[in-house]
Amino acid sequence: MPLLEINDLVKTYARPAGAGVQRVVDVRTFALEAGAQLALRGESGTGKTTFLNLIAGILAADSGTIRFDGREVTTLGEAARDRLRAATIGYIFQTFNLLQGHTVLENVEFGMAFGRGVDRAYAESLLQRVGLGDKLGHFPWQLSTGQQQRVAVARALANHPKLVLADEPTGNLDRRNAREALALIREVCAESGAALLLVSHDERVLATFEQMQDFAAMNRALAGAAP
Amino acid sequence: MIWNLIYRSLRQHALATLVTAASIALAAGLLLTVWVVKTQTQAVFAATNSGFDAVLGARGSKLQLVLNAIFHLEASPGNIAAKDFEMIRHHPAVKNAIPIALGDNFQGWRIVGTVPALFSDIEFLPGRHYAVRAGEKFFEIGKLEAVVGSYAAQRLGWKAGTTFRPYHGLAFNPDGEQHAEVYTVVGVLAPTNTPVDRVIWIPLEGVQTMSGHNPLAATELSAVLIQLRAPAAGLMLNNQLNASGGRLTFAYPIGSIVAELFNKIGWMDQVLTLIAWLVAVMASGSVLVSIYNSMSARARDIAILRALGARRRTVFGAVVGEAAAIGLLGAAAGFAVFAGLALFVASLIQAQTGVVLEPLKWNPVFWWGPATFVGLCVLGGIVPALKAYRVPVAETIAPVS
Repeated sequence: MPLLEINDLVKTYARPAGAGVQRVVDVRTFALEAGAQLALRGESGTGKTTFLNLIAGILAADSGTIRFDGREVTTLGEAARDRLRAATIGYIFQTFNLLQGHTVLENVEFGMAFGRGVDRAYAESLLQRVGLGDKLGHFPWQLSTGQQQRVAVARALANHPKLVLADEPTGNLDRRNAREALALIREVCAESGAALLLVSHDERVLATFEQMQDFAAMNRALAGAAP
Repeated sequence: MIWNLIYRSLRQHALATLVTAASIALAAGLLLTVWVVKTQTQAVFAATNSGFDAVLGARGSKLQLVLNAIFHLEASPGNIAAKDFEMIRHHPAVKNAIPIALGDNFQGWRIVGTVPALFSDIEFLPGRHYAVRAGEKFFEIGKLEAVVGSYAAQRLGWKAGTTFRPYHGLAFNPDGEQHAEVYTVVGVLAPTNTPVDRVIWIPLEGVQTMSGHNPLAATELSAVLIQLRAPAAGLMLNNQLNASGGRLTFAYPIGSIVAELFNKIGWMDQVLTLIAWLVAVMASGSVLVSIYNSMSARARDIAILRALGARRRTVFGAVVGEAAAIGLLGAAAGFAVFAGLALFVASLIQAQTGVVLEPLKWNPVFWWGPATFVGLCVLGGIVPALKAYRVPVAETIAPVS
């Protein structure tokens, strides 16, 4: 059984000024095996962030099913989805989304705080693993963008996730940092056994994946959308 | 984890936390001071009777008579004749009758004439007699000797052997008449924490016959301090001496009469308490404003925490907890403000009346005051907490692609 299995997933947003609704995500089927690493190609505006947010349980689907790790996510209430995300999903954002008022170590600890609880030794070991063992007490604004994304990677793995979602994780990095960050994400996911679902529009990133799907082709909501 | 969030948020917004907590500290300090001084002043004043049950004086206000004879404040309502003293002294219901006469001062410190029995026979508190230091003594009848209350001696810098010339009148006038008699301090009373500590005591006839005083009034008294054999006798004498419409006032019981004073100035307590509560409400409002204003800046952090798995109720609780923590900090600091303010007020009251308050003694307001402040702060934290509760996660952490 796949780790993640999606069927007929639909998400709509209300248009401004009560002008009806807009279908943003309409995915018939999607599956990801445990421990697999899959890239989704998607340009801006194709609904891929919404797709990831639906998988993470940050957003609720309008219809369809998301079966993750043996549980049906779409029938869960918000608090249960929060618990599920806290315990089993890591999320890496394009803009890193680090808490600027907190140290590097605290940021990683927040990644585990709402799931299994804080394990400082493990947080430190993760930061050692991403090469920031000497930056534990630094604040994000004291780090380079490449280093900040490494903190985000460490944080995404802090809760021992079964699935890591990465939304354009190299989008804000220069070429060298992007290459290093991507390699790091793939390595640490492989080491921890977490599946990786990465979305990107960067062909250089996509080319490194053995498994890749085109989200635009997968998302039927784009079929009738204006160019 | 929620404590961790609260601590880290307080640390991150340290300046706002300190300023808001300081405003609460001032409000809490003010409220505690008003409340403690009010309750303790009423209790201590009502309990202050220097060991007497009643006061007999000239026809007039009972409150004025008590303030004059027991608290050594206010002017005397007038004099009573020696025969009135003899009448009350020999009354079967009266255990002790101590006459006092006044009319002089030294630099504003009241000089009161009395008899040695005050020091030898009267317990100003159960089991406690007046005492002087070793090697000192109480004054003797017929001599120009004085015994000084501890507070007056301390402020005047007097000790045994100090000499002084009384000034005429109860209020000090540097240009006023200074009597020719030179008195010598023979003893300094041990502290009693009562108005007695502010008085310079001399023999009764010293006041009565002081040069310049009316010789026709040489046997008159300002008041008689009375100990009764039984409380029921007080009611009997009250009816006998007051209801007859004569020339005397029998002030009994002293505690109830003092309570009248606080009833008269009760409006002032209410105003002060109202001000303190208004300050408290404003302080809790400052918590609301302080946290609420920072919510826009915090929305992203809250959304990130939610994306990491924090539940709505967790961020709600963290914001409310932060408000409560600010309230706790402020209330704790408020105790320091209170201690300083209340000790200052207590010293003023001691200087003015001789009554010693113990503002740091346990008072129920010490728990319900801070608890109320924390409660108000929690209320103030609910509005920004609701804002945190409603932060849209997906829209806040990243633009939808």
